[in-house]
Amino acid sequence: MPLLKFGELTDDRWQRVADDAKPAADAAVIVTFTRFRSEREALLARGAPLGVVLKNIDAVEALAPDVARFGVIALEFPKFSDGRAYSQARLLRERYGFRGELRATGNVLPDQLHHMRRCGFDAFELAKGEPLEAWRRAVHTFSAVYQPTGDGRAPVSALRRRLFAAAAD
Amino acid sequence: MAKNLTGTLQIVTANRLRDGAVVFLTATGEWTSDIRRAAVARDGEAGVRLLGIGTVAAAEHRIVEPYLTAVTEDGDTVMPVSLRERIRAQGLTFAAISADATRYL
Amino acid sequence: MYRYDEYDHAFVGERVAQFRDQVKRRLAGELSEDEFKPLRLQNGLYLQLHAYMLRIAIPYGTLSSTQLRMLAQIGRRYDRGYGHFTTRQNLQFNWIKLEDAPDALADLARVEMHAIQTSGNCIRNVTADHWAGVAADEIEDPRIWCEIIRQWSTVHPEFSFLPRKFKIAVTGSPNDRAAVRVHDIGLRMLRDTDGEPGFEVIVGGGLGRTPMIGKTIRPFLPKRHLLSYLEAVMRVYNRYGRRDNLYKARIKILVHEIGAEEMRRQVEEEWEQLRGGALDLPRDVIDGIARHFAPPPYQPQPVIATETERLRFEDRAFALWLRSNVVPHRQPGYAIVNLSLKPEGAPPGDASSAQMDAVADLADAYSFGEIRVTHEQNLVLPHVAVTDLPAVWRGLQRIDFATPNLGLVSDIIACPGLDYCALANARAIPVAQRISTRFADLARQHDIGELKIKISGCINACGHHHVGHIGILGVDKNGSEFYQLTLGGHAGDDVSLGNIVGPAVPADQVVEAIESLVGTYLQERRDGERFLDTYRRVGNAPFKERLYAPA
Repeated sequence: MPLLKFGELTDDRWQRVADDAKPAADAAVIVTFTRFRSEREALLARGAPLGVVLKNIDAVEALAPDVARFGVIALEFPKFSDGRAYSQARLLRERYGFRGELRATGNVLPDQLHHMRRCGFDAFELAKGEPLEAWRRAVHTFSAVYQPTGDGRAPVSALRRRLFAAAAD
Repeated sequence: MAKNLTGTLQIVTANRLRDGAVVFLTATGEWTSDIRRAAVARDGEAGVRLLGIGTVAAAEHRIVEPYLTAVTEDGDTVMPVSLRERIRAQGLTFAAISADATRYL
Repeated sequence: MYRYDEYDHAFVGERVAQFRDQVKRRLAGELSEDEFKPLRLQNGLYLQLHAYMLRIAIPYGTLSSTQLRMLAQIGRRYDRGYGHFTTRQNLQFNWIKLEDAPDALADLARVEMHAIQTSGNCIRNVTADHWAGVAADEIEDPRIWCEIIRQWSTVHPEFSFLPRKFKIAVTGSPNDRAAVRVHDIGLRMLRDTDGEPGFEVIVGGGLGRTPMIGKTIRPFLPKRHLLSYLEAVMRVYNRYGRRDNLYKARIKILVHEIGAEEMRRQVEEEWEQLRGGALDLPRDVIDGIARHFAPPPYQPQPVIATETERLRFEDRAFALWLRSNVVPHRQPGYAIVNLSLKPEGAPPGDASSAQMDAVADLADAYSFGEIRVTHEQNLVLPHVAVTDLPAVWRGLQRIDFATPNLGLVSDIIACPGLDYCALANARAIPVAQRISTRFADLARQHDIGELKIKISGCINACGHHHVGHIGILGVDKNGSEFYQLTLGGHAGDDVSLGNIVGPAVPADQVVEAIESLVGTYLQERRDGERFLDTYRRVGNAPFKERLYAPA
């Protein structure tokens, strides 16, 4: 499926590998969290790009020591109304410093893209809807936000402080 | 919540998407707010068929969540068995205050 | 009260545009009902029995006269000309069309109102004590904190798809009038040993199917840490709250299952990482919000309000109203006027557009343009000069909001119930009407004294029956309406959940049952005891015995 990344549709360079299949030696592969936990050494020793996909009940904390080793981390939304992956995403970005591709997969719908972006997702496997239109909406719907996340946008409270400070000058 | 109580006669009801109004499925697959025009299924099988028509019609006519509900015959119309469905069909069981009133009674 | 700046205005406008687009896509069939439902819920729109219900947010129950007039207009333009004030200080309209909702929200946005997050699995309207800012016993105005929390929680990207709804309440007074111990998070202001105000953080209270009293996980939290601490609580809940069973998904179940101590440990472990970070609340940010809640320009008042005193002496009805509905104010020469929206025989908590307009006019003339909504379905004019009380009383009498029954047996709280609500099992409003009519006699009501009856039409307990002195829960028994009675609930500091008194009674026996319960109280009471006090002293037995005695 085409991947929505940075507002564009691109081909997905990553391959999902089943738990019982051997990953090709120099392919960019995504393995499950369970597999990573049990074959960590071997997978890290591969020397080829590695990604991992988590269920929303998987403990992101376990990936903390290794975040720099992943090219992509994919987080699952089993149902769009199950919001656990939003917390997983923020922890990966803001607490454990993950810098690679953070991908939303599963029941990913256009109207949640805004929230996903703010929580640190930058790639989306959209389950339905027109991806570019969904992206446009996610980026442009709100000109201001009320709470800080790792996306670096200054929340309204910070903007007000700047205004106030500027007026005081 | 009990939507479909035991009883031989059934009608299909739903809410209209655009305004939330209570509507009933007619014999011609249309939706009406007049319960007198509701199609009546006379046994379980007919009920299932009627709901099937209702579900298809729902997608086309922008209706939300059609379901079967039991009725009894009442003259030239039908009356829902459950209080909930009677209230849906007939409205509030008390008088609401009107826009310009400054007293309830 | 809080006034929007350019950012707030831009935000609500963008929110309306977003919803307008979502409605358009739904009506065109591009969104399924399943996909659309959370989006419309987070804009306050429920599909009920007869139509869509729109729940408009009234943040911490504070309204300006301009806003109240707009609510009256919305009622006329898009609905049937009346609205219902709720147990969470919001307003509900019952006959809204989906296709009109974006226009109604656009009208609301013009007066700095919205319906954002009044439903859905997100953080809901943050409620406060309805006498906030004017009660004599207050440490600090809790609305400052409600507003800070409101902004932080608005379209919070991490917490918009929680396991279930999330309700926060704040009290600024040691006398809790905000029912903080039966909320998902309750915040109770108090002072530390240096006299500095801060918060007791109480988690996991709630009513509904499994009522529970909240547990204190942090006895004292300094103000600047409020948001980082709340973020920690929400993150633990979002990650670990149950999602397998709709009826076990509130935070109270999580607290119950892992225990308060473990909850505290997990929250504080998360909080250690967040404290002092981007959510820290420095003095100037707090002051920026607090400025909006500065007191109005009170005028010097005569020591004795001669006209008011004269009328009190001469007119027993006025004297009665003063005694029951008017409460001391922290500013000398001023009073807090409570409007009873429970006239005899009326559906509790409803107001017509005409009544709303009249209250707005009274607010402009006598209350610095400000009104409050209580979680007991009444209104308040919070800043009335004692000299103006006669005029206000007459104005309220003209619109039937002067019944001197505050906190008395006919000041009933009732959810909309089966007349309106798709979740209900039984009706609540006609029950309230019948009790109100039976007990209409004011002398009798005042003799009985404080007695809070709360009626819910289903186990979701929107009528807060668990914390009623008499709680009434409507149930469906073989297709008939029956009512289960509970006794001894209370929502204040000495919070208690009601006890079932015996088997549910059929609809046509409810009024007689209330007569019986009142009769037992009058028989058993000792000097000065309210119904609640007598119940707490003698327990269920005398009440049960009389109620179920063979006729």
